[in-house]
Amino acid sequence: MPKGIVVVDKERCKGCGLCIEACPFGVLGFSSEYNSSGYRVVYMEHPDKCTGCAICANVCPDVALEVYRQEPTKEAA
Amino acid sequence: MSVEAAIPEGYVKVFSKPKALSDAKYTYCPGCHHGIITRLVAEAIDELGILERTVGISPVGCAVFLDRFFNCDFVQAAHGRACAVATGIKRARPDLVVFTYQGDGDLAAIGAAETVHAANRGENITVIFVNNGVYGMTGGEMAPTTLPGQRTTTTPLGREPRLHGYPLKISEMLAQLEGPAYITRQAVFDYRHIVRAKQAILKAFRNQLEGKGFSLVEILSTCPTNWRMTPVEAGRWVAEHVVKVYPLGDLKDVG
Amino acid sequence: MSRVLMRGNEAIAEAAIRSGLKCYFCYPITPQGELVEYMARELPKRGGVFLQAESEVAAINMVYGAAAAGVRAMTSSSSPGISLKQEGISYIAMARLPCVIVNMMRGGPGLGNIAPAQGDYFQATKGGGHGDYHLIVLAPSTVPEAAELVRLAFELSDRYRVPAMILADGMIGQMMEPVELPEPVEPEDIPERPWAVTGAKGRPKNVITSFDLEPEGLKEMSLALQETYREIERNEVRWEEVETEDAELLIVAYGTMGRIAKTVVRLARQEGIKVGLLRPITLWPFPYEPVRELAERVRTVLTVELSAGQMWEDVRLAVEGRAETPFYGELGGVVPSPKRILEEVRKYVG
Repeated sequence: MPKGIVVVDKERCKGCGLCIEACPFGVLGFSSEYNSSGYRVVYMEHPDKCTGCAICANVCPDVALEVYRQEPTKEAA
Repeated sequence: MSVEAAIPEGYVKVFSKPKALSDAKYTYCPGCHHGIITRLVAEAIDELGILERTVGISPVGCAVFLDRFFNCDFVQAAHGRACAVATGIKRARPDLVVFTYQGDGDLAAIGAAETVHAANRGENITVIFVNNGVYGMTGGEMAPTTLPGQRTTTTPLGREPRLHGYPLKISEMLAQLEGPAYITRQAVFDYRHIVRAKQAILKAFRNQLEGKGFSLVEILSTCPTNWRMTPVEAGRWVAEHVVKVYPLGDLKDVG
Repeated sequence: MSRVLMRGNEAIAEAAIRSGLKCYFCYPITPQGELVEYMARELPKRGGVFLQAESEVAAINMVYGAAAAGVRAMTSSSSPGISLKQEGISYIAMARLPCVIVNMMRGGPGLGNIAPAQGDYFQATKGGGHGDYHLIVLAPSTVPEAAELVRLAFELSDRYRVPAMILADGMIGQMMEPVELPEPVEPEDIPERPWAVTGAKGRPKNVITSFDLEPEGLKEMSLALQETYREIERNEVRWEEVETEDAELLIVAYGTMGRIAKTVVRLARQEGIKVGLLRPITLWPFPYEPVRELAERVRTVLTVELSAGQMWEDVRLAVEGRAETPFYGELGGVVPSPKRILEEVRKYVG
């Protein structure tokens, strides 16, 4: 299971690519999908690499990303 | 949100849209830093718990639709007059938290007088100054903040300071005045700077809540559309070139 | 009611404070300096905000802000300063904010001089700034009337959510007369402003704007504004008539000239010349109907103004050929004596 999940609001995404550039682990990429405004939206190309750091969401100019992170297990804590 | 798949158990949400923002989609161009700055202001409002007593002043320019994006009360101001409008609101109702959000054409050209005098009075307001060096909404004309040599639609051969003037360093100017409490210049071209910019915005609002007076956060921004660059290239341009003319950091802080 | 001897400028200021004025923003200009100074002395003592702005432009935009925040707000100036305020007034009009603007007119165009003039009639009554809008324009001819109209300006401005203007000149501003000042309003007498920006607590957000990028949306805002104007035209036309019953010549004059014209009527009557006066009190809405009705009964409608003939256009629109419509005006701050106007009257009678 990946440590993090990025949920893309496809209608808010304008495909600017800043999140792809900013992700330290190369998780995100452009999908083959276009939204109703004609923008090519991003998706988790390599979901297994996601740590849930939320840097992508912080640099997203369109507040199009929600990020979830796996809660630390009791052993880890 | 169009959630792709249900989030499995054991995951917590670590980032979502601030409550101060409405569901309205931004009208900014793809990759424009305005969107980040707008969100940071909303996050600051959330964190300080001031949504129900905040009034924003939208400018003329790319942020003219700001009232749609926020869930707080808003007043739309004439080009450059936001600081005067904010003064009127704040003087009428000092309990409100009043902020303006202005571009460089608005704040530093047509509104220079209103800005300087609000600062000089130490008007207890928060000013968010988005500096991207061009008039974005009208088609990328030269702004007072345009860099020397920078091509714009009104300086097609590049800004020639002896003809068109030098980049106007409004934050440095304001920092010389006795009135302001806090003048800082920030950027949002990467995560590290975004975190710092957020802290600066929070401080600028906190200063108002503590009655410290005029606080201005200048934020270097991009205009990929009018700079004729990709969003990624535009961010790099700020990091490599714009910060040399407009160095980052606090210019005045009374503490 | 308290009866005191006051200058026009001071009476206007005092009447505004007694009308619940909360915020006053200004920039110094002659001939309304006494108004600014009175406000600086009195308003802060009585719980209001006085602020001298960096410019007329800033002052009117501060009024815009304070009015948006839901308090009674006012600015005052004289002709060149009022020109600078036009941008803000246009925004205020479309954003549907009540406020009061005082224009103590002076000679123009340009820097002109500081003598009494009425050259801002077009600017005041036809909009003044950009776009389709009007102000309610009230023109006092005496100091007590100025005080009375200030109260009315605040009330009408609130009722219709449109800016109101007091249009006078340095003559009214600087002369002293006994004034019956209006009783102070109680806070509960000032209408609620549920649309104001007071913080979105327990209600949806309020937005004060003059902007809608969509043509259909802007058209809707504009039509609502125009509907308000029609309502004001139906309800709020005010004027005074003096000896019009048997008049053969009707003088139409307002403000300072309206006052002088009253003397002209008296002098003319002493000579047996049947002269009457119609003095518009609201310049917008203009008393078209009353002028039209009188034009049916007189031979001549003589417009007298301290301008090159601005209100004259409205008089001619009202008369529509029912009577001859000569004009007599003075320019540059020259104020004609009643005898001089009487000479003009004699040209058209007997």
